[in-house]
Amino acid sequence: MAKNKVILYAVVLTISFLAPFVFPTFGTQLATLWLMIIVAMTWDMTGGQMGYNSLGNIFFYGTGMYVAAVISIGMVYNVGDYTNAAGGGIFEFTDQQYFTGLVLGIIGAGLFCSITALIIGYITFGLRGPYFAIGTLGVAIAGGELVSNWDWVGGGQGIALPVYPGDLDEGKVFFYFLFAVTGIVLFIFLKWFYRTRFGAAINAIRDDEEKADAMGIHTLRYKLITWAIAAFFVGVAGGISGFQLIHFEPLETAYQTINLGIFMVVCVLLGGKGTLWGPIVGAILFHLFKEVTWNYFLGWQWVALGALIIVTVVYFQDGVLGWLMHKRPEWFGIRVENKSSGDAR
Amino acid sequence: MSRIIEVEGVSKSYGGVVANKDVSITVERGGITGLIGPNGSGKTTLFNSIVGYHPIDQGSIKFEGNEISKLPVQKIARLGLLRTFQQTRIYGAMNCVENMLISLPHRKMSLLDALKTNTKEDYDHADHLLEFVGLYEKRLLKSGDLSFGQQKLLEFAMALMNEPTCLLLDEPTAGINPTLINGLIDRLRRANSEFGITLFVIEHNMRVIMNMAETIYCLAHGELLAQGTPDQIQNDQSVIDAYLGAH
Repeated sequence: MAKNKVILYAVVLTISFLAPFVFPTFGTQLATLWLMIIVAMTWDMTGGQMGYNSLGNIFFYGTGMYVAAVISIGMVYNVGDYTNAAGGGIFEFTDQQYFTGLVLGIIGAGLFCSITALIIGYITFGLRGPYFAIGTLGVAIAGGELVSNWDWVGGGQGIALPVYPGDLDEGKVFFYFLFAVTGIVLFIFLKWFYRTRFGAAINAIRDDEEKADAMGIHTLRYKLITWAIAAFFVGVAGGISGFQLIHFEPLETAYQTINLGIFMVVCVLLGGKGTLWGPIVGAILFHLFKEVTWNYFLGWQWVALGALIIVTVVYFQDGVLGWLMHKRPEWFGIRVENKSSGDAR
Repeated sequence: MSRIIEVEGVSKSYGGVVANKDVSITVERGGITGLIGPNGSGKTTLFNSIVGYHPIDQGSIKFEGNEISKLPVQKIARLGLLRTFQQTRIYGAMNCVENMLISLPHRKMSLLDALKTNTKEDYDHADHLLEFVGLYEKRLLKSGDLSFGQQKLLEFAMALMNEPTCLLLDEPTAGINPTLINGLIDRLRRANSEFGITLFVIEHNMRVIMNMAETIYCLAHGELLAQGTPDQIQNDQSVIDAYLGAH
C-alpha cells in the first residue's frame, strides 16, 4: 500500500511537471486547472470537512487579486494616478520591481484575506446551514459591488497589472508553475492538517457541533482558523490570477460569484466532499467537462453545466470518492476486527 | 467530602410550563448521586440548566465553588463538567476510534498541541476505554451503524476519554440490553472509583440507581420531592405516590 502511494505521487508529480512542456498550447488551461484544484481543496476545508458551506469564498479570490494589484503597483507608483490614467500614462516597471511586486503582492494577498476571513467569520459563523451559505454569498456580492464603485482601484473598469517581462510562452509556464507549486504546498499541508487533532475537531464540528461544544472543543476558534487558512490560499490563488490575467475587472473576473464561485462547489460535490482527493478528482473532471462543452457545444455549455450540477446534487451527492467508499469500504479501512488479528492503524 | 455542584433555588419555565421550581441539589465530590422522578418531572431540564443549554430564570448554580449559571455550554464543558445525552449523540459518520480521539480533552490542549497528530498513547488509551465498555471488536466500524445501546456505551467511553471532573449521565441504561445492565453498573462504579470521576445520574431503572448511588434526589412536577439514601427514598411514601400517580 505504502509503495503504491509513492508510485502514485511520483506519477502525479511527473505529470504535473511535464504537462506544460508536453502540451504547450494548453498552458493557460492547465494553469486554470490548478486554480480549480486550489479553490476546490480550500472550499472543501470548510464545506466538506467542517460542514460550513460557504458560497462566499470567491470573495477572497477577488480580494486577493486586488490586494496583489494594489501592493505591486503601490510600491512603485501612486495607485490613484495609475488607475486614473487607465493605461494612457507611462508607467514602466523594471524586472526587479515586477518580481518584488509579484512576490510581496501574492503573499500580501494571502495574509490580507486571512485577516478578512477572521473578521467576516467572527460575524457569520453564528449562522448555520443554508443561512451561512447565503450570508457568505452576500459578502461576496457586496465585495464585488463595493470594489466596482471604488475609483481609486479603477472602479467598474477594473485594473491592469504590469505585464510579465519575459516572452509570452515563458510567462504561461511561469504562471502554471506558480499555481502548481501553490496547489502542491496546499495538498501537503492538508494531508498533514486533516490528520491532526485539529482536523478531527473540525470533522466533529461538521458531524455535530452541539456535541462538539458539549465536549469542550473550542469550536469558534477552530472554525475561524480553518477559514483563515482557506482564505490565505484562495487569496494567493487570486493574486497569481491577477498577474496572469494582467487586466481584470471586478464583477466578471474578480468577484465572479456565478462562475468560479459556484464551480468550486461543483468540483467538490462531483469529486466527493470531505475527502482529501475528492476535490482534486472533481476539479479535473469538471474542468475537462467544462472545456469540452465550451469548445464543442458552444451555446449549450450553460445548459450542460446546469445538467451536470442537477445530476450531481440529485443522484450523486457523495461524489466519485464517496461512491467508491460506499462500493469498496474495505479500501478505506471500514471493517470488523477481532482482537487476535492484530493492530491496524 | 466537598461539594462539587451546588444548585440553589433554581427555577425554569418554558412559557407557562414550570419545568423546575425552586430546586436545590448538591453533588458531593467523588461520589455517585442519583436523580429520579416520573416522566416530565424536570430532570433533563435541570441537567440542561446545569450545563448551560439554557438560561435559568432564578437561582444559582455553582461548580467547584464558581458560579456557572451565566456561562455558555462550551465554557462549562471546558471547566471539566460534562454531560451525555438522553438521545445519544455521537459522530455517526466516523468509526469508534475516531469518535474516541475527537473526545480527547481539548480544554487541556494549547493550539500547538491541537496541531499534533494523535500519539500511540492516545490510540492505546482509546482502545483501552473501548475495551472497557466492550466495543473493542467494533472499533473500526462506522459508529452510526452500531445499535442504540452500543452507541450509548460509545458515548460513555467518549465521556471518559475527555477526563471530566464531573460527569452528568442522562439515563445511561435506557435502551441497553437487560443482561448488559449489570456490566454497565459495574463500569459506572469503576469509572467513579478508578478514574475518580464524580457521577450525577438520571435513571429510570430503580434497580440500577438504588444499587449505585449514595444519595438520591427525587423530582416531581418540577419540584424537589425527597432526598436521601436509597433506603430512605425507597421507603418514602411521597416518592411512591409520585410514581404511582397518587396525589
